[in-house]
Amino acid sequence: MQLTLWTYEGPPHIGAMRVATGMTGLHYVLHAPQGDTYADLLFTMIERREKRPPVTYTTFQARDLGKDTAELFKTSCADAYERFKPQAMIVGASCTAELIQDDPGGLASTLGLPIPVIALELPAYQKKENWGASETFYRLVRALAKPGPKRAANTCNILGPSALGFRNRDDIVEIKRLLAALGVEVLVTAPMSASPSDIVKLPEAAFNISLYPEVSDVTARFLEKNFGQKFTTTIPIGVGATRKFLTEVASLAGLDASAFIAAEQGRLPWYSKSVDSTYLTGKRVFVFGDATHAMAAARMARDELAFDVVGMGTYSREFAKPMRELAAELGIEALITDDYLDVEAKVAELQPDLVLGTQMERHIAKRLGVPCAVISAPVHVQDFPARFSPHMGFEGANVIFDTWVHPLMMGLEEHLLHMFRDDFEFNEAAAPSHLGHQKQESAAPAMTSEITLSWLPEAEAELKKIPFFVRKKARRNTETYAANHGVNHITVETLYDAKAHFSK
Amino acid sequence: MNIIAKNIKAAGCETAPVLRERGQREVFCGLTSIVWLHRKIQDAFFLVVGSRTCAHLVQSAAGVMIFAEPRFATAIIDERDLAGLADIDDELDRVVNRLLERRPEIKMLFLVGSCPSEVIKLDLKRAASRLNREHLPNVRVLNYSGSGIETTFTQGEDACLASLAEDLPRTTAKANLLIAGALPDAVEDQFSRMFKDMGIDCSFLPGRRSNAMPAVGANTVFLMAQPFLGDTARILKEHGATALLAPFPFGAEGTTLWLKAAAHHFGVSDAVFEKVTAAPRQRAELALAKHRASLSGKSIFFFPDSQLELPLARFAARELNMQLVEVGTPYLHTQHMAQELALLPAGTMLSEGQDVDKQLDRCRAARPDITVCGLGLANPLEAEGLTTKWSIEFVFSPIHGYEQAGDLAGLFARPIARAERLSV
Repeated sequence: MQLTLWTYEGPPHIGAMRVATGMTGLHYVLHAPQGDTYADLLFTMIERREKRPPVTYTTFQARDLGKDTAELFKTSCADAYERFKPQAMIVGASCTAELIQDDPGGLASTLGLPIPVIALELPAYQKKENWGASETFYRLVRALAKPGPKRAANTCNILGPSALGFRNRDDIVEIKRLLAALGVEVLVTAPMSASPSDIVKLPEAAFNISLYPEVSDVTARFLEKNFGQKFTTTIPIGVGATRKFLTEVASLAGLDASAFIAAEQGRLPWYSKSVDSTYLTGKRVFVFGDATHAMAAARMARDELAFDVVGMGTYSREFAKPMRELAAELGIEALITDDYLDVEAKVAELQPDLVLGTQMERHIAKRLGVPCAVISAPVHVQDFPARFSPHMGFEGANVIFDTWVHPLMMGLEEHLLHMFRDDFEFNEAAAPSHLGHQKQESAAPAMTSEITLSWLPEAEAELKKIPFFVRKKARRNTETYAANHGVNHITVETLYDAKAHFSK
Repeated sequence: MNIIAKNIKAAGCETAPVLRERGQREVFCGLTSIVWLHRKIQDAFFLVVGSRTCAHLVQSAAGVMIFAEPRFATAIIDERDLAGLADIDDELDRVVNRLLERRPEIKMLFLVGSCPSEVIKLDLKRAASRLNREHLPNVRVLNYSGSGIETTFTQGEDACLASLAEDLPRTTAKANLLIAGALPDAVEDQFSRMFKDMGIDCSFLPGRRSNAMPAVGANTVFLMAQPFLGDTARILKEHGATALLAPFPFGAEGTTLWLKAAAHHFGVSDAVFEKVTAAPRQRAELALAKHRASLSGKSIFFFPDSQLELPLARFAARELNMQLVEVGTPYLHTQHMAQELALLPAGTMLSEGQDVDKQLDRCRAARPDITVCGLGLANPLEAEGLTTKWSIEFVFSPIHGYEQAGDLAGLFARPIARAERLSV
């Protein structure tokens, strides 16, 4: 039993819904009690989808448990087929139905429906949402994909995008634009926007692009093993990664990408090199999210914005290994956890200048008064902006530059504030000018020591000479240092000892 | 008041046939009520004992918008618990102890049962009494079920209040009034003031803190502020309290009739009642008149959701002159709803339960001017060109009483105004 305040991932059947909802011509019959329909609002409210997810819930109640829930499942299944006439159906159980062991797959097969019916086994008490999406996609491809005539060497499929995926909608547009410019043809994009009949012809493409390994890795490996389709392993987030990705794609397609790569790179490189961005150098960032996005963000933060990555982690246990390897390369230890409280404790401990995380980290950062940008699911309605806003490709890098820099103090502004720190209009209460006058909640007291600390007047006066935007941190650091060193009365000396201690 | 009495006789669908449907229900389960209950009882913590789905549901319903550490969480049952590799009672005790250590300000803990905990027959009542032996008097542990196999959305509040009602202090005091049903503090204060001015002492269930729960006894009469409190009412009656039945306090008319039921019982004179209620009633009527112009004659369709549908439909029909196309409710409590049914226009189409696809077919065919429905249906219907109002807002917003009557009408008026103003 695990105590959970917030969860990074839903149960595995939510992953199945992300696959089904992204697709067309597929219907999902879910054996589930009343209440599980809450999942519909994730898609209709957060993603603002114009259609209900193609899901029928059997809605069994307590009074059905003693009677025939199996019959209820069969009726729901038959009715759903009659009403929606899908090309294929997936059937399965949610957490409660798993306990009553009705065998949706077996029951559905007795109906003799004239379409493929694929049974999903998604163990709700072991697995989570991304695994559920991956498993569902894999089961669909395994059941439906058929060998067909091989298309030209420059033909590929894009694997991985799903409903409710972080920026998937726009990533696909940007990636397709780049592929078209390179001369690569996309046969099928799946699961998002594909129908079951599209899944059938996946093996016809020459190779696959595995864009979101959390959803597509298992399927890409299956297609490689059974149909000889190689797949890409670079995730095109960041300028460097996009170039590497295009090179990888070109080599799989038998094309030469060098001219195109030389011609296009987006604005990020110059923006990062312009003088204003000097102030970004060495900003301490903490990165957390699904493994794909967190690893890409960490690389980008280090190589393309000259940030210091002081902490990183993921809730995707399935990808703990590559995450740990990258963390080691950055000289830090990866935090692999799905416990929101552990992540919060880490952010409080590291006191970064910027948090790059999920909506959960946005809450944490807000509580701790640290700037934050969202880089990964779990998502909220604001992660589906009206404007074109990919995170992948060259345009994605442009978007990321803006998104990450925006919560920080603008370079010249920080410089001016430093020069005029005692000016009547620049004071501690003033937030960055472009962010309005929001008052930040002060961070939770970092001290756990029972010693009562007091600041001597000279020390307090010295503290005031420190620029206000780092003063809070200086105060915290000094108090932590004092507490750890058994100092009760903080002097000017303590202040500078602490500064030296923390600046190494 | 005579006018209203006459209207009651003139209208009415007490004996009207009700369409009862069985099928897919597009409604929340009772766990969702934690989202407002934890705001109401300020030192209570709600621990759902359930699955990852339960945790995900509560978090999604709460919109992941509460920045403070919430006073609700889920103890997620995992395969070790199910396989018997871990003693599930020990596991629960461990989770509760960790929680209470972390949150020493918590004085009341609700163990909230879920579909999985009910299906595996996890005895949370026994767990609560075990934990009480350990944690009383610092923390009182209660339990109720918010499972979807037993409760629909607001029934979670009923189950919670019923568990509180079991446990209320007893009183032999002279006649006293208890208002049952969670209300926003501001609304409670308005009702309190009016009852006080009529010379009636009233208390509220739930209280705002664990040590401020009302007492109940043979001289207690109770008035329900919410229409979904079947179990709570039953427990209060078992403690000797008497129920006052009235229409629910929505709109000027509903509020007047509701207050009047208590005033009548406590022997308040018509003159005093009039003195206390005249000014706020006038304010309400004034506020409603502003909205009536835009809502009069508009057709409205209620999908079943919060069990507030009947009182809201009555308000929409009688005070805003709206046309009722269909009034769906998850469950029709005929006794508690008797007075509402009497006030509904004769011939109103009532439905109980749901088969969502069939109900959507009816809604599309009728093309009402506004459709009240859950969050899962609202955007798809908007995309089909129908104007909608999310029913969840009726549960989260202050809509009871005179001072909120205009706001309540506004909840119907705004979507219609938007549809009329937008030209994109």
